[in-house]
Amino acid sequence: MEKDTTFDEMWGRDGTLRPPYQDFKTWFDGESPAQLRAKQREAEELFRLTGITFNVYGREAAEERLIPFDIVPRIIAGREWQRLTRGIEQRIRAINAFLHDIYHRQEILKAGRIPAEMIARNEAFLPHMIGVTPPGGIYTHIVGVDLVRTGDDEFFVLEDNARTPSGVSYMLENRETMLQMFPELFVQNRVQRVESYPTDLRRSLAACAPDCAGDKPTVAVLTPGIFNSAYYEHAFLADQMGVELVEGSDLRVVDGRVAMRTTGGYEPIDVLYRRVDDDFLDPLNFNPESRLGVAGIMDVYRAGGITIANAPGTGIADDKAIYSYMPEIVEFYTGERPLLQNVPTWRCSEPDSLAYVLDNLEDLVVKEVHGSGGYGMLIGPTASKKELALFRSKLKARPGNYIAQPTLALSTVPTFTRAGLAPRHVDLRPYVLVAPDGIRIPPGGLTRVALKKGSLVVNSSQGGGTKDTWVLED
Amino acid sequence: MLGRTANGLYWMYRYLERAENISRLIETGQRIALTRLQASDGEWTPMLQTAGSYAGYCAHHDSVTRTEAIDWLLRSADNPSSVLSSIAAARQNARMVRTALTHEVWEAVNSAYLTAKEMLARRPAERDLPGVMNEIRRRAALVRGTTDGTLLRNEIYDFARIGTFLERADNTARILDVKYYVLLPSVRSVGSSIDNVQWETILRSVSARGGFRMEYGNQYDPRDIAHFLILDKRMPRSLAFCLAKIRTNLGYLSSTHGARSESWHLADATDRRFMTHDIDAIFDFGLHEFVEEVIGQIAGLGRQIEIDYRFYE
Repeated sequence: MEKDTTFDEMWGRDGTLRPPYQDFKTWFDGESPAQLRAKQREAEELFRLTGITFNVYGREAAEERLIPFDIVPRIIAGREWQRLTRGIEQRIRAINAFLHDIYHRQEILKAGRIPAEMIARNEAFLPHMIGVTPPGGIYTHIVGVDLVRTGDDEFFVLEDNARTPSGVSYMLENRETMLQMFPELFVQNRVQRVESYPTDLRRSLAACAPDCAGDKPTVAVLTPGIFNSAYYEHAFLADQMGVELVEGSDLRVVDGRVAMRTTGGYEPIDVLYRRVDDDFLDPLNFNPESRLGVAGIMDVYRAGGITIANAPGTGIADDKAIYSYMPEIVEFYTGERPLLQNVPTWRCSEPDSLAYVLDNLEDLVVKEVHGSGGYGMLIGPTASKKELALFRSKLKARPGNYIAQPTLALSTVPTFTRAGLAPRHVDLRPYVLVAPDGIRIPPGGLTRVALKKGSLVVNSSQGGGTKDTWVLED
Repeated sequence: MLGRTANGLYWMYRYLERAENISRLIETGQRIALTRLQASDGEWTPMLQTAGSYAGYCAHHDSVTRTEAIDWLLRSADNPSSVLSSIAAARQNARMVRTALTHEVWEAVNSAYLTAKEMLARRPAERDLPGVMNEIRRRAALVRGTTDGTLLRNEIYDFARIGTFLERADNTARILDVKYYVLLPSVRSVGSSIDNVQWETILRSVSARGGFRMEYGNQYDPRDIAHFLILDKRMPRSLAFCLAKIRTNLGYLSSTHGARSESWHLADATDRRFMTHDIDAIFDFGLHEFVEEVIGQIAGLGRQIEIDYRFYE
């Protein structure tokens, strides 16, 4: 990627200090690097004590690691944010309408806007959901939208996380850490609050309770357990919401309800915020080997006895092959032009696209349709000859398994390094709460940063870190 | 509260208590070893027995030596009750019940674990041992302090207390089980220095030398020591004290749940049957037999609590 085409969120393209960073710059110039380095270590100690860790798969059992935290905030102006949220809201409304349609009348297929086989032959399509309308009509209660920025007002959606998006605890803990370490910065800058997220989340979930729930619906968070990589977050959210954190072994179906085993007997749950994948949710209906779920929960769900958030089967909306149709989906359901751009995507299942991708492999990013976490992808411009050859043969063998996108000139944000501030590439994941009374987006989200110079991979599993994300009051 | 959460709290505090008790054993053993005229490793076998891990030790070692016994008790990963294993297990349980704990308690137990893991990554040098033990005691005290100061007084606290006192009662009973013979009249030769060392070992291993002196003066009498450890309700590690606390907290749980549980009845019966005698009656009955019976009662009580409060499916 050309250096001079990169948009830096502090210095723009031409080296002029952008307004959101003005106060920060003044502050930073008055600080001594040695003191800031001490602060950086202090931040890591705080994270270690709080236990904000993730478990790395494929490594020694129970190894817990910290995600590196960078003390330089990423700063977004209020009006930039406002424009962005309008696009996100539109997209999320469309996604919910799409999910309802795809599990009911399938108008979008009849209209020929998406090929029928994209759905019928898609593993993410869940036949159990056909004809099921979730309580409140909402499929995706929580969505994490991955965005990248390429210019002043140019944001692209990289992917929609409509199943069980993670990372929101980092948004909250990063802010908490910054408030503790640099209180003066929050006096100088008017940063919009994100702290009400857990309260909003609980309210959103409770608002979607099934009819059988009482005035105060019982909400619980379902976790795969302490060895899951995101366990910290599951416990954190349950704690912050003041609800029980349950595991599959705590639950069973009692009298047509999903109930948790308490010290006083089984008590029904109205809304289950599950952080367990569809496949493991119900050994009776899905993977029979699963010990993480509840036998029969799908039957209770279909009978209206519990709300599952997000609804099963939402994966069809964030599938990478469906992603390429998102502009059509937005237009079809909202009747509006999409406000947020999709990254142009070549579906390698189509012969013309495949031919193009094979010819231009060294300029493209190739992703697995069902992959995640930055695994199994090829970044053409930085790949070795060997990697390119490997992907060529992979593409030819199973073209339908891949999509390809141009490498975007991801924006950079100043990051604290040994040599002072240095630009590093970032993405942004805002968290979207969907309730019957509307959509809420806490101002900010999770900024992931590729700490290695020049790297475009921000995933925590591959050496990425995080930053506090500020949206300023205008 | 979830049955699994009750289970996690109960074990978190049992393991914390265990870590402290084992540390105390190590300190006692070390103290005795260093102040004796001739070096002997004989004291470590009863220490391992008291810790309930003599068999485990023997499976991994050919002979009992001071350094190996200390390492086994302090930091061996093969010993599930070593200080380090216990702290790790307490922290693992704390992670599981994170939502029932306050931020302060969690941080205290997490930092206890992080510190212990770092300090015990290798065998501490002889001269560092007192410092290490000191630090572990301070970390444990911090967990206890934050528990007292911040934890909600509801079921959460009840299970924390029950776990603590069940483990403590079990520990005191084990010390008596292993050392009962030095308290028996037949072995009692008046004030011999051997006896004094043995009696002091017992008192040290329950942190009770000062308390004992305050109550009985500085003349050790085995019958007084037995009374102090078994029946004295002012002594926070005596069997009577621990059983009374367990009964009280089971009582609170019973009123929360609106009915007296099986385990409350069991605790009540144990208290009445074993803790209402005087010490002479216990010696007449047989000190060892008495202690063995109490150990059985405590184990049974633990099992009944698991059932009553649905710890497992």
